Amino acid sequence: MSRLAPGHRGCPGCCDAMAANFVLEAAGDDVIVVSPTGCLEVMTTPYPESAWEVPWIHSLFENTASVAAGIESALKALGRKGNTKIIGLAGDGATMDIGTLGLSGAFERGHDITYVCIDNEAYMNTGVQRSGGTPYGASTTTSPTGKKSFGNRTQKKNMPAIMAAHGAPYVTTTSISYPKDMMRKVKKAVDIEGPCYIHAHAPCSTGWRFESARTVEIGKLAVETALWPLYEMEYSEITGVKKIKNKKPVEEYLKAQGRFKHLFTREGGEKEIAKIQEIADWNVKHYGLE
Amino acid sequence: MTDNPMEKMSVVEGSYATAHAVKVCRPNVISAYPITPQTHIVEDLSQFIADGEIDNCEFITIESEFSALSALVGASAAGARTYSSTSSQGLELMHEVVFNVSGMRLPTVMTVVNRAVSAPISIWNDHQDSISERDTGWIQLYAENSQEISDLTPLAYKVAEDKDVMLPAMVCMDGFILSHVFEPVVLLEQDLTDEYLPPYRPEHILDTKNPKTFGSFADPSVYTEFRYMQQKGMDIALKKIEKAVDEFTRIFGRDHGGLIDTYRADDAEILLMAMGSVVGTIKDVIDEARIDGIKVGLLKIRSFRPFPVEAVRKTLADAAVIVVLDKNISLGLNEGSLCTEVKSCLYNTDINTPVMGFMLGHGGRDISKGTIHMIIDKSQKVARSGIKVENEFVDVRGDLI
Ligand SMILES: Cc1ncc(C[n+]2csc(CCOP(=O)(O)OP(=O)(O)O)c2C)c(N)n1
Ligand SMILES: [Mg+2]
Repeated sequence: MSRLAPGHRGCPGCCDAMAANFVLEAAGDDVIVVSPTGCLEVMTTPYPESAWEVPWIHSLFENTASVAAGIESALKALGRKGNTKIIGLAGDGATMDIGTLGLSGAFERGHDITYVCIDNEAYMNTGVQRSGGTPYGASTTTSPTGKKSFGNRTQKKNMPAIMAAHGAPYVTTTSISYPKDMMRKVKKAVDIEGPCYIHAHAPCSTGWRFESARTVEIGKLAVETALWPLYEMEYSEITGVKKIKNKKPVEEYLKAQGRFKHLFTREGGEKEIAKIQEIADWNVKHYGLE
Repeated sequence: MTDNPMEKMSVVEGSYATAHAVKVCRPNVISAYPITPQTHIVEDLSQFIADGEIDNCEFITIESEFSALSALVGASAAGARTYSSTSSQGLELMHEVVFNVSGMRLPTVMTVVNRAVSAPISIWNDHQDSISERDTGWIQLYAENSQEISDLTPLAYKVAEDKDVMLPAMVCMDGFILSHVFEPVVLLEQDLTDEYLPPYRPEHILDTKNPKTFGSFADPSVYTEFRYMQQKGMDIALKKIEKAVDEFTRIFGRDHGGLIDTYRADDAEILLMAMGSVVGTIKDVIDEARIDGIKVGLLKIRSFRPFPVEAVRKTLADAAVIVVLDKNISLGLNEGSLCTEVKSCLYNTDINTPVMGFMLGHGGRDISKGTIHMIIDKSQKVARSGIKVENEFVDVRGDLI
């Protein structure tokens, strides 16, 4: 049963809504959710309406993990912790950029929280600006293509590795295009005591520029091209990897999205695509995807 | 109540008196980060926790002040009585959360151990840090001495947690001058504090059995009312502070004044105004000046937010000159904040008394008795021949400029 009521103001095919639904479905009723400022917050809670059928709190853009840690501490102190799960549900900007300090602190201290990063690879709420999650070559409003630019110049920050380095009991990647995978991992995370981190790849039709009906398909292509590897880590060691059966060339993923269009239309684009293929090849080797 | 308060006094550091006061208030979540001169408070609280002296309490040794206050947002919303403490740079780092806590109507209490702000970096006392949070929707109380900081702590919780107030409160104490000085203090008794401060039972909490949404976004059709309601909460807090003071006096037998306090103000022609520990020095100087026949008195502000407009007007009504001492400055206005408030209280009234502003004690510059005497001298001239200079820095070293 979904605990995110329909009628929220997300775009058609919204990845944040899908992610929230999967998390809530897997985690059950006994949850408190914390979200930062971002698309999910704005689309679900225009005062006095709320799409949340579980207790939910938003404070600021960069303090989701700290707020979650405070809730956990309060429930413990008040003797109300019981089986209640505290879940952070936050965008890539909130997680990988501006909120990293508090997230790192919460994981280092070992609070019993599950933190889910919904990685739609840019600051969508403010109009698709680049974040530390934006992939190489993607055009965003602050990494636009231009006479001298092929879009974003940096690779995605390896956030799961950073979180694993905290020695967390469970760190995993997933994708909203694999609901079963995602829900299994959420369930596993919330049942583990201690801080767990789930990094969910989440294609955004508005920001990535593809037809809204293709959200799931695009997410699958990211996995099938090895640009988004699915793996699990326990106490910093990789313990599970989703193998790719028929690995596809990165072009198949890139050409489906407006944010990479320039790579196919502009002179020199092939070179950029080759660099992106190298990233996928590195993933295959590093995570043992084949 | 005891007949002989001296018997119950212990000589302790101001920070210890504060930490002890926090302890007997039975907080559930403490989240704080070290910064001079606040550090002793969190160290003392940590020791209480280590010794098992605070039941049902989690101490989060957090990684920054920003997160310290953020964690209290979650904890308070979950129904916990919450506490933090900071100074200067730490308070500035919290700034975004400071607004947020009040807007969410979470009655956190925080001790601000007042310290100057950087640059230049300085660990010494002035009021620029808390004064810069003036408009964030926090109750701000200023303590004159260790006993007062101790006694203001349960009072702050009582008012903040009042269901008609539901606003966070800062209890401000002067860094080093109060935080690091050993003074005789009656440490708050647990049984009396329990009688005074009931457990925190908020109406709205994060509860999985009764799910509620906290921290929605507000569009222009509803935003104004949130601010309006905060102001209403402040208006109510004015009355609740007076009530909480009366109840404190009844239970503990001590009285430091209410929203304001006065000293030899009844017949005063020159009325000095100030907040915090400098008040002690001013009282001594008043006694000396009175011997010389100068009719000088004091109006001390204890509650800077909510600002006690009516009480201030009433006290100032008969003075010939009002002299405001500020350990802060609004740069670009060349005026301290208390001075601005006092002037704005008097406008649109029949009181047309000159108001002189002196900015002093920045970055811990000592405020000597001589300085206060000099200010009184100047104010006597103004009383006779009118005001020429509205605001001035005091004790500026010409050799450094
Ligand atoms: C301190 C602060 N800086 C900037 C903003 C503006 N802001 C609000 S949401 C947002 C982007 C959110 O991006 P992300 O976390 O990736 O979530 P998304 O909207 O993409 O789901 C930004 C920049 C803010 N609210 N607070
Ligand atoms: Mg995003």
